[in-house]
Amino acid sequence: MTLIAFYILSSIVVASALFVVAARNPVHSVLWLILAFFTSAGLLVLIGAEFLAMLLVVVYVGAVAVLFLFVVMMLDIDFVALKQGFQNYLVIGILLALTLLAEIGIVVAAATFGGGETFNPNPGGPTNAEALSNVLYDDYLLLFQMCGIVLLVAMMGAIVLTLRSRPSVKRQNIAQQTGRKRKDAVELKDVRPGQGIP
Amino acid sequence: MAGAELGLGHYMAVSAALFTIGVFGIFVNRKNIIVILMSIELILLSVNINLVAFSVFNGTIMGQVFAMLVLTVAAAEAAVGLAILVVYFRNRGEIAVEDVNVLRG
Repeated sequence: MTLIAFYILSSIVVASALFVVAARNPVHSVLWLILAFFTSAGLLVLIGAEFLAMLLVVVYVGAVAVLFLFVVMMLDIDFVALKQGFQNYLVIGILLALTLLAEIGIVVAAATFGGGETFNPNPGGPTNAEALSNVLYDDYLLLFQMCGIVLLVAMMGAIVLTLRSRPSVKRQNIAQQTGRKRKDAVELKDVRPGQGIP
Repeated sequence: MAGAELGLGHYMAVSAALFTIGVFGIFVNRKNIIVILMSIELILLSVNINLVAFSVFNGTIMGQVFAMLVLTVAAAEAAVGLAILVVYFRNRGEIAVEDVNVLRG
């Protein structure tokens, strides 16, 4: 049963990955990428790594893929011209891919896998998220916090890269705003009847 | 390597296929940097699947911690890469990466 589910999910993953690289329109590529991420989350659920699977959905599908979608739709690009070199690089690309696949296949075939050992997603112990958090907040606390720093630096980098000051945009100047005094802003005039303010 | 049970070899095969497709995509879509970035995401996904599969079939949780770190780096890489892409497009009006070696803004 799990084997059938595995074959279905894995064929969807591989097919959608192929469509990611072969699609003419990058928007379609992003949508195929979302399908690939989602299905591989299913693959992870199959072996009991449900926390990583949910993380994959949240981070990849929720953040990265949507980011790609935004950028693809924001940039106004002639997509047909970008596909011009596809035929030129097709042969060398296929050759390279086959070589790589053969190399990985040799390694996989050379490694011996104990066939008798069956896996148990939850061997009477804690759940996946609990086990993960036990080591993540304990043994790997430093790595966990460094992850936060990596994300912070990436966020700052993205903001610094894309921020630009345009003269037409009015911005809030907080120092000027809080430095205002009453006498700068309010002026009392003695208005006489029948006359306006001079 | 394929028995009646779901094994490590199955996951390694899927991961190898994904990795290969990712490298293939980088080589085939030489002009389209968006698809190149997506191919890099595919490669990182295959690495993640491999790490999680090793972790589960080995009975240790460490691989999943590493997979989380890879996930973090992948997200950061996508954010910064797309920001660079947006700036590049703003400066040049196109995203053909053939002439990126001309590093003049």
